[in-house]
Amino acid sequence: MALETLIESLPSLFDGLVVTLLLTAFSIILGTALGVVLATGRSYASRPIAYLILIYEKILRGIPLLVLLFLIYFGLPQIGINMDPFTAAVVGLGLRSSAYQAQIYRGAINSIPEGQIHAAFSLGMNKLKAIRHVIIPQMLRLSIPGWSNEFTILLKDTSLAFGIGVIELMRQGRYIQVRDPDLILIVFLLIALIYFVMVFIANKTLRYIEKKYQMAGYQMEVHR
Amino acid sequence: MSMLEVKDIYKSYGDVQILKGVSFIMEKEETKVIIGPSGTGKSTLLRCINQLSPPDKGQIWLDGEEITNRKTNINKIREKIGFVFQDFNLFNHLTALRNVSIGLEKVKKIEKDAARKRAMQELTRVGLEAQVSQYPAQLSGGQKQRVGIARALAMDPDVILFDEPTSALDPELIGDVLDVMKSLCGKVAMLIVTHEMGFARNVANEIIFMEGGVIVEQGSPKEMFTNAKMKRTQEFLGRIGALYGEEETGG
Amino acid sequence: MATDFGQFFLHSLPNLMSGLGYTLFLTFISITAGFFLGIVLALGRVYGNKIVNGFCVGYIELIRGTPLLVQLFIIYFGLPSIGIIFSPIQAALLGLSLNSGAYQAEYLRGSIQSVESGQMNAARSLGMNKFQSIQYVILPQALRIAIPAWSNEFIYLLQYSSIAYIIGVAELTAEGKFIAAHTFRYLEVFAIIAIIYLVLTIVSTEIIDRIAKHLSIPGIGAAKRVSLRDI
Repeated sequence: MALETLIESLPSLFDGLVVTLLLTAFSIILGTALGVVLATGRSYASRPIAYLILIYEKILRGIPLLVLLFLIYFGLPQIGINMDPFTAAVVGLGLRSSAYQAQIYRGAINSIPEGQIHAAFSLGMNKLKAIRHVIIPQMLRLSIPGWSNEFTILLKDTSLAFGIGVIELMRQGRYIQVRDPDLILIVFLLIALIYFVMVFIANKTLRYIEKKYQMAGYQMEVHR
Repeated sequence: MSMLEVKDIYKSYGDVQILKGVSFIMEKEETKVIIGPSGTGKSTLLRCINQLSPPDKGQIWLDGEEITNRKTNINKIREKIGFVFQDFNLFNHLTALRNVSIGLEKVKKIEKDAARKRAMQELTRVGLEAQVSQYPAQLSGGQKQRVGIARALAMDPDVILFDEPTSALDPELIGDVLDVMKSLCGKVAMLIVTHEMGFARNVANEIIFMEGGVIVEQGSPKEMFTNAKMKRTQEFLGRIGALYGEEETGG
Repeated sequence: MATDFGQFFLHSLPNLMSGLGYTLFLTFISITAGFFLGIVLALGRVYGNKIVNGFCVGYIELIRGTPLLVQLFIIYFGLPSIGIIFSPIQAALLGLSLNSGAYQAEYLRGSIQSVESGQMNAARSLGMNKFQSIQYVILPQALRIAIPAWSNEFIYLLQYSSIAYIIGVAELTAEGKFIAAHTFRYLEVFAIIAIIYLVLTIVSTEIIDRIAKHLSIPGIGAAKRVSLRDI
């Protein structure tokens, strides 16, 4: 009987999983794009801009994700910015991730020897070209381990979208619990397993990519 | 019965056989120097003696107690065998004084003040009374090694094993360390692996020449340097002499 | 408007203070419990035999492979179905401590392994047994090396303790939600909450930095600062 209800609820867990994955995908894209811009800005833009970026990073890293999501979802409508829960979650997760990713990319940029940019200049490249063709390709490769780490963190953090009502994996779990309270333990163990498998697969895949794109004899130490 | 007896020691790492049956004896207060080409098992032999790398085969006795017997409390034995490392291995988080006193406090369970007083004496003995409260990172290589010697001395060992104590030092710092070692001659037994031929010649009671995992020849410095019987010994000493010249010494 | 807001702020101050109290309580207890759990797990990984090591790896990977929220749900909603019932605060303390223990174990392991093997050799050569060597030589160095990572973990916990709100602990975020729901001033309230967390983050980083400086020894632990979530 309980097993039947459990099997019946599997499709809804699957729906939740899809939402979780979409949340992860959209926010990592936002976070990466913004993170690269922030990091290059902090290293190469004028002083005031670099300083503003620093403040942005400090603030986003200094407040809990849940509070950030509340600010965006509940707070912003007060000044006329309305978002559905999913969009609010993507914005919150993405902005926060961008602050962490910027730190990763900055570390990578700092570990690229200065000679690289001098060599680019001596080929006649301007600053923008040097950044684009020499710095960013190296930076991205060096950042793969850090990025992988960030990816799995983001994947787990999407569970907090539960707090603003996104119907992702956790919320679907709660719905099942409401329908059949006896299933609670097994359902959440199952959800834990789903996350575990996703994190595991992500780690393995990213480790493979990391190895493939490693520049011989040139890598950055990352604390996992 | 000799103080230290090493009998037929074998040791391999993986497929590589490092020691192939090494035997010798040492008496109280004797200074013995082991010389020989690099990679010939000299350091491994020292590590076998204090069981940092237990030998695969063979026996070692210290004061009649068999070290290689599994039932022997190896920690008790190690208290009686000082060890001076090539790369010092001073405890990074402790001052020079505490580096010397920690063995007394934690292993010999000597009361703190007494232990530190003793440590102070040993550091004075090696000429570092001014450096007692410095951390290893603040000491020069030569000073570090002298702290290493003081640390071993403080435990009142029967014998101190020196594993290439000056190899990691800048040439101008070697002299101080060798002077300290020289001053210990006849006060405590020392088994020294070194490439400092001048020191070996002036200070050793006996020299052991090792090559290829075995002892090729041993004898007094005079015999070895002027009258070596084995061709391999003569060749080695000849090469070393040509490389460093005769004046290369330990003061 | 300004005085209006000032009054509103003063009015909600007691609630915010009580929430702040819970947040700090959760953070301090969990970081401490997680620290001891972390040391045990890290030592098990580095020095344990195959079985101990396997158990520690399994625990650490399970915790790090699942979201904290899931862990809290299992403890708070799941366990009662097999008769194990916790209050929200107990469940939060347990969940945060078990979670933090796994993360702390990982960087403690890293710092233990970064102490050169010569240190252990030297300790054993003096006649110390393995336990004494770990206690007097390895850990005093490893713990110092771990301070920057530990500082990050502290801030991580400070922030993630807000998740306890979801299982009904009246900590800072929960109090904020409560005040906002009654005044409909979400933006101001959550801005204030955010600022409080921000200040807490900055202040605790500063305090831990001072402690680190106080405990620092030349030549040890100049490890570079790692990103908050690079754990």
